[in-house]
Amino acid sequence: MSRLLPLVVAGPLLGAAFLVAFGRLLPRIATDAVAAVVAAGTTALSVLLLTRSSPVATEWVGGWEPVAGRSVGIVLVGDAAGTGLATLVCLLTVAVLVYSWRYFEEVPHKNPGAFPALVLLFQAGMCGFSLTGDLFDAFVFFELMGVAAYALTGYRVEDSKAVQGALTFGVLNSLGAYATLMGIGLLYARTGELGMRQIGARLDGQGPADALVVTAFVLVASGLLVKAAAVPFHFWLPDAHAVAPSPVCMLLSGVMVELGVYGVWRVHTFVFAGPGGVPSADVGLCLVVLGSVTAVLGALLCWQQHHLKRLLAYSTIAHTGLFLVGVGLLRPESTAGVALYVVGHAGAKAALFACTGILLDRYGSVDEHELFGRATGLRLVGVLYTVAALALAGLPPFGTALGKGTVEEASGFAGTMLFTVVSALTGAAVLRVAARVFRGLGPRPRRASEQETKGGDEEPETRGRLSRVPLPMVAVPVALLAGSLALGAWPGLGERAGAGFGGPPELAPHWTLASVLTGLVSVACAAGCAVLALRRDTPQEPYAWTEPLRRLHSGHIGDYVAWFVLGVALLGALAFSGSLL
Amino acid sequence: MMHVLPYVVSGWIFLVGCYGLATSRHLVHAVGCLSVCQVATYVLLLAVGYREGGTAPVHSDLRPHSRPLVDPVVQALALTDVVVGATVTALLLALAIQVAKHHGTADPDELSELRG
Repeated sequence: MSRLLPLVVAGPLLGAAFLVAFGRLLPRIATDAVAAVVAAGTTALSVLLLTRSSPVATEWVGGWEPVAGRSVGIVLVGDAAGTGLATLVCLLTVAVLVYSWRYFEEVPHKNPGAFPALVLLFQAGMCGFSLTGDLFDAFVFFELMGVAAYALTGYRVEDSKAVQGALTFGVLNSLGAYATLMGIGLLYARTGELGMRQIGARLDGQGPADALVVTAFVLVASGLLVKAAAVPFHFWLPDAHAVAPSPVCMLLSGVMVELGVYGVWRVHTFVFAGPGGVPSADVGLCLVVLGSVTAVLGALLCWQQHHLKRLLAYSTIAHTGLFLVGVGLLRPESTAGVALYVVGHAGAKAALFACTGILLDRYGSVDEHELFGRATGLRLVGVLYTVAALALAGLPPFGTALGKGTVEEASGFAGTMLFTVVSALTGAAVLRVAARVFRGLGPRPRRASEQETKGGDEEPETRGRLSRVPLPMVAVPVALLAGSLALGAWPGLGERAGAGFGGPPELAPHWTLASVLTGLVSVACAAGCAVLALRRDTPQEPYAWTEPLRRLHSGHIGDYVAWFVLGVALLGALAFSGSLL
Repeated sequence: MMHVLPYVVSGWIFLVGCYGLATSRHLVHAVGCLSVCQVATYVLLLAVGYREGGTAPVHSDLRPHSRPLVDPVVQALALTDVVVGATVTALLLALAIQVAKHHGTADPDELSELRG
C-alpha cells in the first residue's frame, strides 16, 4: 500500500505537465475535464490511503532505504494526519475546479490549460507537504505550493492590486522558507540526517537540547508560522486574499494556511518532542502566546472590515490563531479536536469565498457598504451565507462545533472563553454582512474613509457580469457546507480522528453537553453582536480606536519584513525563556 | 575561530538581506535582497558539509576511502535550493514588472492600494 504514496504527489504533477504541454491544442472543456479527472483520481487514492493509514505506511522513494541506521533517501509518511490532510486538499481542489467551470473565459496567454495546471501544481505541493517525512523536502514542497500560490494570486495580471498582493505574498513567504532552510541546515549539521523521525532519534541520543537545537527550532518554526499567518508574520495574508481570484481564495484560506499549523505540529512531534528536543513547556508557551494574540487580533480586525474578502481573510487569521492554541496545548486529544476543526472550517470558509465570488461576478463589487441591500434577489446564496456564518461561529452539529468543543474541554476556562469570543466575533461579522447585503437590514452604512482598502469597482472574474448564477457556483458551496455538517454528525468519525492522533479513546472528540452548550452560546453571542451592529443609527465600522492597529497593515513590503525579523526575535525570546529564567 | 566564521558570515548575510528588504526603495532591489537572504542558506549548507582537507566527492579518479571527501548531501541540497531560488526570483521579477506597469512606479513607498 505504501507504494501508492508517491502517486498522490506525482499524479497532479503529471496532470499539470500535460496541461501545460498540450493545453494550447485542446478546447477549454477538455482541459477542465482532464484537470477534474486527475484531481478526482488523486482524491480516490488519498481516501484509500486514509482508510489504510494504520499501521503507518512509510515509503522510501526509489528504494533508498536506510543502511545501518543512516539514511540519505527521501521518506514519505502516510499516517492519519498526513493522508487526512491530503484528502482535504484533494477534495477542495475538485471543488475549486468544478466551481471555476465558468471562470476566466477570457483565456490569458491563449492557453486554457494554464489555470487548471497551476491549480494541480498547487495541489501537488500541498499533498507533498502533507505526506513528506523528510525535513528538506518539506521546504521544497513549501516553496512549490508557494510558487503556485503566488502565480495564482496574481493570475489576473491586468489587476493592479492582484500583482501587488501576489508580490507581497511571495516575498514574505519565501523569506520565511529561507529561515526554515537555515534551521534545517543547523539540524543536519548536528545530526547528519534529514528525515524528521531520524533527526529526532539522533537528537534524543545526544542528551538535552543546547542553544543550537533551540535556534534551529525557532528558525524552522518561523517559516512555518509565516505560512500559518501567526502574528506578527500574518501581514501578507489579508493583502493576498483580498486580491486573489475567489476560487484560489477557497484553497488559500481553506487549507494552505492550515498547512502551516500542521507543519509546526509535525516538526514538533517528530523532531523536537523527545528528550533531546526543545522542552515542551517552551514550545507550548510559544504557540499558545502567538496563537492567542493572533486569534484576538484577527477577530477584532475581521469585525472592522467592509471589504468582504479581507473580512474573510482576517477571520481565517483568527481561526488559525485558535488552531495554534489547540496545537500548543500539546495533548493528543486537543490535536484531534484541531484536526476536526480545520476540516470543518475549510468547508465553511471555502463556501463563504464561493458565495463571495458569486456576489463579485453578479454585482462587480465585494464592498459591504456598496452592496447594501442589492443582493435581495439571491435568496439561496443569502441562506448559504447565513448557514456558513453560523457554522463558522460553531453551531452544533457542524464539524467546527465538535472540533471547537473538544479543544475547549482540553484547554480549561480561559481557553473556552477565548474560543467562544473569537468564533462568535468572526461569525457575527459574516452574519452582519449577510443581513446587510442579502436582506438590506439596518440603516444604510456611511461611506468609508479613504484610508483603507475598499471593495468596489472590481472586475468580475467571469465574462461580463452574471445575469443568472450558474449551477456549479451554487452546488459547490452547498456540497462544502453539507460536508462540514456531516463531519460533526457522522457517528464514529470523531473517535477515529482521536485514534489517529494517539489520544485515549475516552478523550476522543465526541459530543458532550458542554460542547453543545458552548457552541450554542457562541452562536447566540454572534447573533447578538450582529443585531447590535444593525441597530446602530449610524454604523461606523471601522471604529476610530482601532485606527493605529489598522495603520500597521500598511501594504508595504519593507514594514512587513521588519515585522518578520521582530517576530523571529520574539519567538526566540519565548523559546529561550525556559532556559533564561 | 576559523571553523565558526562561515556560520557567522551566513547569519550576517541573512540579516543584511533582511535589512535591504526592509529599507528597499525599488521592487527589483527588494527581489535582489531576497536572493541575498537565500545566498545565506548556500553558505550555511556548504559550511556544514566542509571537511578539513576534503576533496570533491567524485570517484572517477579516486580510490574509495583513500582521501576524505566533503559531504555530497549538502551539495545536492544547495543545488535544489538554487533551482527553487531561480523559480521564485523569476516569478517575483515578473510580478514586479507588472506592478511597475500598472502602478507606474516600482517604489514600495508609493504603492498604497492595499491597507487597513
